[in-house]
Amino acid sequence: MSDPLNKSARWALWLPLGLFGVFVALVALGLLRPASRDVPSAMIGKPMPDFALAPVVAGHPGLAKADLTDGNPRLVNVFASWCVPCAVEAPQLAQLKAAGAEIDGVAIRDRGEDVAAFLARNGDPFTRIGDDRVSAVQLAIGSAGVPETFVVDGKGTIRYQHIGDIRPEDAPMLLEKLAEAGR
Amino acid sequence: MIAEFGLAALWFAAALAALQMAAGWLALRPQGAGMAAVVRPIAVVQGLLAAIAFAALIAVFCRTDLSVKLVAENSHSMKPLLYKFAGAWGNHEGSMLLWVTVMGIAGGFVALVERRLPEPTVLATLAAQAFVSLGFYVFLLFASNPFARLVPAPPEGNGLNPLLQDPGLAFHPPTLYFGYVGLSVAFSFAVGALLTREVGPAFARAMRPWVLGAWIFLTLGITAGSFWAYYELGWGGWWFWDPVENASLMPWLAATALLHSSSVLAARNALRAWTVMLGVVAFSMSMVGTFLVRSGILTSVHAFAVDPTRGTFILALLAINIGGALALFAMRAGTVTEGERFSVSSREAALVFNNVMLSCVLGIVLVGTLYPLFAESLGAKVSVGPPYFNPMSAVFVIPMLMVLAVGPLLRWRRDAFGRVAKRLLAPWFVALGVGAVLVGRGGIGLLPLAGMALGAGVIVASVLPLAERNLRRTPLPVWGMVTAHFGVGVALIGMGSDSAFTIEKLVAARVGETVAAGPWQIRLAQVEPIAGPNWTAFEAQLQARYGGGGTVTLKPQARSFWAPPQQTSESALHTRWNGQLYTVLGEQTDDGRWQLRLWWKPFVMLIWWGGALIALGGLLALIGRVLADLKRIAARHKIAYRRERQGR
Repeated sequence: MSDPLNKSARWALWLPLGLFGVFVALVALGLLRPASRDVPSAMIGKPMPDFALAPVVAGHPGLAKADLTDGNPRLVNVFASWCVPCAVEAPQLAQLKAAGAEIDGVAIRDRGEDVAAFLARNGDPFTRIGDDRVSAVQLAIGSAGVPETFVVDGKGTIRYQHIGDIRPEDAPMLLEKLAEAGR
Repeated sequence: MIAEFGLAALWFAAALAALQMAAGWLALRPQGAGMAAVVRPIAVVQGLLAAIAFAALIAVFCRTDLSVKLVAENSHSMKPLLYKFAGAWGNHEGSMLLWVTVMGIAGGFVALVERRLPEPTVLATLAAQAFVSLGFYVFLLFASNPFARLVPAPPEGNGLNPLLQDPGLAFHPPTLYFGYVGLSVAFSFAVGALLTREVGPAFARAMRPWVLGAWIFLTLGITAGSFWAYYELGWGGWWFWDPVENASLMPWLAATALLHSSSVLAARNALRAWTVMLGVVAFSMSMVGTFLVRSGILTSVHAFAVDPTRGTFILALLAINIGGALALFAMRAGTVTEGERFSVSSREAALVFNNVMLSCVLGIVLVGTLYPLFAESLGAKVSVGPPYFNPMSAVFVIPMLMVLAVGPLLRWRRDAFGRVAKRLLAPWFVALGVGAVLVGRGGIGLLPLAGMALGAGVIVASVLPLAERNLRRTPLPVWGMVTAHFGVGVALIGMGSDSAFTIEKLVAARVGETVAAGPWQIRLAQVEPIAGPNWTAFEAQLQARYGGGGTVTLKPQARSFWAPPQQTSESALHTRWNGQLYTVLGEQTDDGRWQLRLWWKPFVMLIWWGGALIALGGLLALIGRVLADLKRIAARHKIAYRRERQGR
């Protein structure tokens, strides 16, 4: 038999309890906090990265960083023809367009004929559409899925990131953000 | 009427748990010795009453008694009987009732059979078990009554989440619960041993069958859950580091460590304080896991029972149970002597290493699971995935696998590394050979490479302990160890092969078109609508040919459930000896083509076969231990009988 643990090792026995206390405190905080589902974007306030995307359909030029720094605020909509919520948000995009918003698109992992069919079916609010075959720009601007909509000011700085489809109730908020970006 | 009967049984069981706790506690004091006789009977009756309450819940589900709120919310008269039955625990209230039922029955079983430990330790153990149960009874009765009525009764129920309407999943949660709750017995033993300062080999031997049993269920539960996610979710993956998967992995890691350290304590009377702490930690991880799932604090695909008030309640239970046990540990463990010493080159040392590594992996998984929560309290939302978990856990798992090869060959107490080094040549040779072949083929990542090479080495090393033994006289627990370690190697090869060699094809195909996926030629023969008992579906007929071989037909479905309305995909699998073809039917595109997802996954089945072997190893060890105990009891009876005859 060896000796009972010496005094210096005794405090270590309280360590598990201490760690557990930290866990409980942390979780209690998490539970008491009202649940929020919006993910705050880390991209807000950051400039758009340098990129130049080729056109994907006839009638729409491609999209490059330079197009975003012309002094006009705009929406950049990340979408795909194969994405069901993208079709769902189409009326809202049309409504935003009608309210005067300039909307550019980034087509993710898509094909020209599919995009053309998508626009023919769901309406076409876009000025420019860039062809992002490999999600390169999508990843660079911190978008994790389709659809997402970015509010970009005239200097090419991201002012707001909307994740998921634009619901009818989101449209006024986006117009507000766009107006803010223009000031 | 059945519901009220069940509720009454639940109230009585709760009252008896309170009584059991008080009587067990009093019996530890000199003036309360009279209470000692009633604790065991109370524990047995409490377990029976909980079982009756659970049986009542199953009865109302099978009859689809829609005046019971829980049934109306989770069942449907059109549902197949199996899922009505399984629906009883496929929801929050029912699963909590299952939890206390298993705890109660386990406590009753301890009361009936445990005779090796000093009586005060058994009483303290039963008191601790009742204390934990009581918390869950209170939770059930006041915050989640499964028998609450709904007035007026609705004409039809809501149905069960379609993802859960699967025979595998009907039995997945109870399997895990048996594991979680089996660990509650280890927890209670640890608390009982601390209270009475009786931490020694007898404590380890009493606890070990429970740990083994729980560990077998956890292993099976995790393996089955992984397979379920693989074929039901239709993503072709088998492990997602989802918080809920981690919640079942963490108790398993702790139980694996506990299993090994209790062997050291039972055989060598060493690692006393450590084993007791693992006993506390293993069940704590089960409760933390349940809490994470049930509170919805970490949102994930599993969080089908999200409710913050209940989360708060379970958190309070956690704080009391785990906090109390850890405080007791801190106060008492200092007086538990460390036990026998051993050399660095000994089986004990190898097992200590195993324990340290398992604990590190446990820490990694715990931190990764909780980090998003922590980051959120600092104002950031993040998610932690495979890029963190895979390499971080590999750092500890790889050395552990190497020691796994050595440990079983070492002698207890003191050994020379030189003696075993020669025997390890074969596994090293195999591991390096497999590694060299794989590197020669090229295009393989580091982790899959390490997984397959080490897996091959572990397989060879795992059977070495049998080499110098007479196989007929080899005890069952040794066979169990060999089988389980062998299974680890098998699973590793499966994991490595799946991640290195899987071929994935995502296509939109016309009917009649043929698509190639690896060695397969797959023809989309037709797509037709079909109807099931509570769903309709599109079913594709895929005619697949492997190489130049014959045609097999696979029928993946895209199902639409109407209660509740939801789309699921039923993947279709074809298994060959060298892998599995995995097919999923997606949606129809506008031009009439069908989205198909096709995977060819070489040797993927080894993952689950390995898991099953690990569980089988546990089972062999458990049978061996229980038979040895029975033999010992029989021998004792014989001696007592002889003495009695001689006395006359």
